[in-house]
Amino acid sequence: MEKFQKIKSIISPLDQVNVDTDQIIPKQFLKLVQKSGFGKYLFFNWRYDKNENPEPNFVLNDKKYKNSKILLTGANFGCGSSREHAVWAIKDYGFSVIIAPSFADIFYSNCFKNGVLPIILNEGIVEQLKNEKEELEIDLENQILKTKSKQFSFDIDSHKKKILLEGLDDISLTLKLESKISEFEKKSKVPSVL
Amino acid sequence: MGKTLFEKIWDSHIVAGKEQGPSLIYVDRHLVHEVTSPQAFDGLRLNNRKVRRPDLTIATMDHNVPTNDRSLPILDQTSAIQIETLKKNCRDFGIKLFDINSPNQGIVHVIGPQLGITLPGTTIVCGDSHTSTHGAFGALAFGIGTSEVEHVLASQTIWLEKPKSFEIKVMGKRKNPHAVTAKDIILSIIKNIGTAGGTGTVVEYSGEGVKDLSMEQRMTICNMSIEGGARAGLIAPDEKTFDYLRNRKYTPKNYESLVDYWKKNLKTDPDAKFDKTFTLSIDNIAPQVSWGTNPGMTCDVSDSIPTPQDFSKGDKNQEKAAEKALEYMDLKSGTPITEITIDRVFIGSCTNARLDDLIEASKVINGQKVSENVRAMVVPGSQMVKKQAEEMGIDKIFTKANFEWRESGCSMCLGMNPDILSPGERCASTSNRNFEGRQGTGGRTHLVSPVMAAAAAIEGHFVDVRKINLN
Repeated sequence: MEKFQKIKSIISPLDQVNVDTDQIIPKQFLKLVQKSGFGKYLFFNWRYDKNENPEPNFVLNDKKYKNSKILLTGANFGCGSSREHAVWAIKDYGFSVIIAPSFADIFYSNCFKNGVLPIILNEGIVEQLKNEKEELEIDLENQILKTKSKQFSFDIDSHKKKILLEGLDDISLTLKLESKISEFEKKSKVPSVL
Repeated sequence: MGKTLFEKIWDSHIVAGKEQGPSLIYVDRHLVHEVTSPQAFDGLRLNNRKVRRPDLTIATMDHNVPTNDRSLPILDQTSAIQIETLKKNCRDFGIKLFDINSPNQGIVHVIGPQLGITLPGTTIVCGDSHTSTHGAFGALAFGIGTSEVEHVLASQTIWLEKPKSFEIKVMGKRKNPHAVTAKDIILSIIKNIGTAGGTGTVVEYSGEGVKDLSMEQRMTICNMSIEGGARAGLIAPDEKTFDYLRNRKYTPKNYESLVDYWKKNLKTDPDAKFDKTFTLSIDNIAPQVSWGTNPGMTCDVSDSIPTPQDFSKGDKNQEKAAEKALEYMDLKSGTPITEITIDRVFIGSCTNARLDDLIEASKVINGQKVSENVRAMVVPGSQMVKKQAEEMGIDKIFTKANFEWRESGCSMCLGMNPDILSPGERCASTSNRNFEGRQGTGGRTHLVSPVMAAAAAIEGHFVDVRKINLN
């Protein structure tokens, strides 16, 4: 995984609570067997009308957000289905940071496997940032986000932070603990399935 | 201080980890299906890794399989490729697969318990959020993403931060247990705690209202834990649990000694403390019908559609969400639920497609026919459920009433196969999610119990099943 770098970008505000993963990436696009190419389907049913023309009122169709790397949204973002395709679509579209008052558990965990930083900020700050026109700088190392005039800090688990900053591969790290896993298996009372 | 059931299972599965931060948790059972696994197997190949414990891994195809005649080829090429990919991956990595023509094929959360693969006190994961279903057996079971699927395949473990514990006590007795079902209990819970009420927690459902339920009904409750935001929901095992799992195809040989161990160990200590609690009294609850675009937007069948203001109780964001939901659902505040007419009925899904569900739904029919304006389908949760129902003649009750009787799979719960709603169609569905477009782009889903769905099919609109004799 690529190392997570400092990011400077304007914010794309998606002013909605409880955005579920069925909206982020509708089911008809879950049949691909690779991880790439999902960006064009991100928020498909909101982004396009029945004839697949861009829906002019949807935030991502506004040209000024074209190169935005930061998505700002309402509480409980990513609820519902565990589909990691949702994060693949967000990342492939070009977002590296999602800011929300809260995230659904599985979605939150999926972000870190794909170099996407989910930032939890309280409702009041998210409300303020909704109308922020200036570029926002995200500094994960120091857990700070700032514009020219404002600065906020955010919390993140230190292990998760390290994974993103160093672009670590979870599996190689875990496999270094092979002896502990084997030891556990020797003691386990749970029988095999077959 | 004592421990909760969840903490006991958690503690007994820690492979590594510090006081603070995530722990490495051992996985006893890994269930795999066609949609969330191909990229994980690719990752293994790319890094030249093996599946660490194929003997703890089971696969089936359920999400996008057609539910019509199984002897016909799969017309949707992308679905066919995904199904073929799972077959190849299972072959290459030595994983047991119940494929499309197996008598054990079915929705992964229906077949796990039916085959005795699900066991109390175990950890169970699957790349599917409804893995919480298996918690009904006192297992710590939760959904994971595809990267985590790859991690579990490679290491049989998963990194997790310890969730908080949340006790949901279900107190009292239902007056009419045929009309007011487990589905109505869990929808009532979600209506109260909200769709994010359980975020960051593992729920333990307790109380006489849960003890009274059959295993199949308990699965309906745990299944929808994720709809309340909780990644896992569990119920302490008891004699019903042990009886259910006895003599199944893959029930372990030393089962009775395991039962002795579980009886001693798998319960929350009396002095254990939960981080959070909620109590629901079910003495007077009504059948539930969802009216919006998330499972928290639900009301009694005897109620009318609420106003966004009443629903949101002062939260502006929720008010806006309710307005948007009513627009999408093409519903007006103040309309009585029983006046809502429907076009489609879906009885199926990992929430409500087990034998009990089908038997209960069939009781509503009583010689009547599906309304002329409605297309209704029954999709058994597994081939085993289908066979058992057919042996009992349940299929005939449905088909005589003009319900379609189909092959097993996830079907119209998420519409990845050809079973979908057309834009604007309104469906009474026994599934778990009423998200926009979930059952088909532009489709409108109302979540209900199997008896409510069957009654709506007959009448063409929602009816209060408490007024029907179901005994």
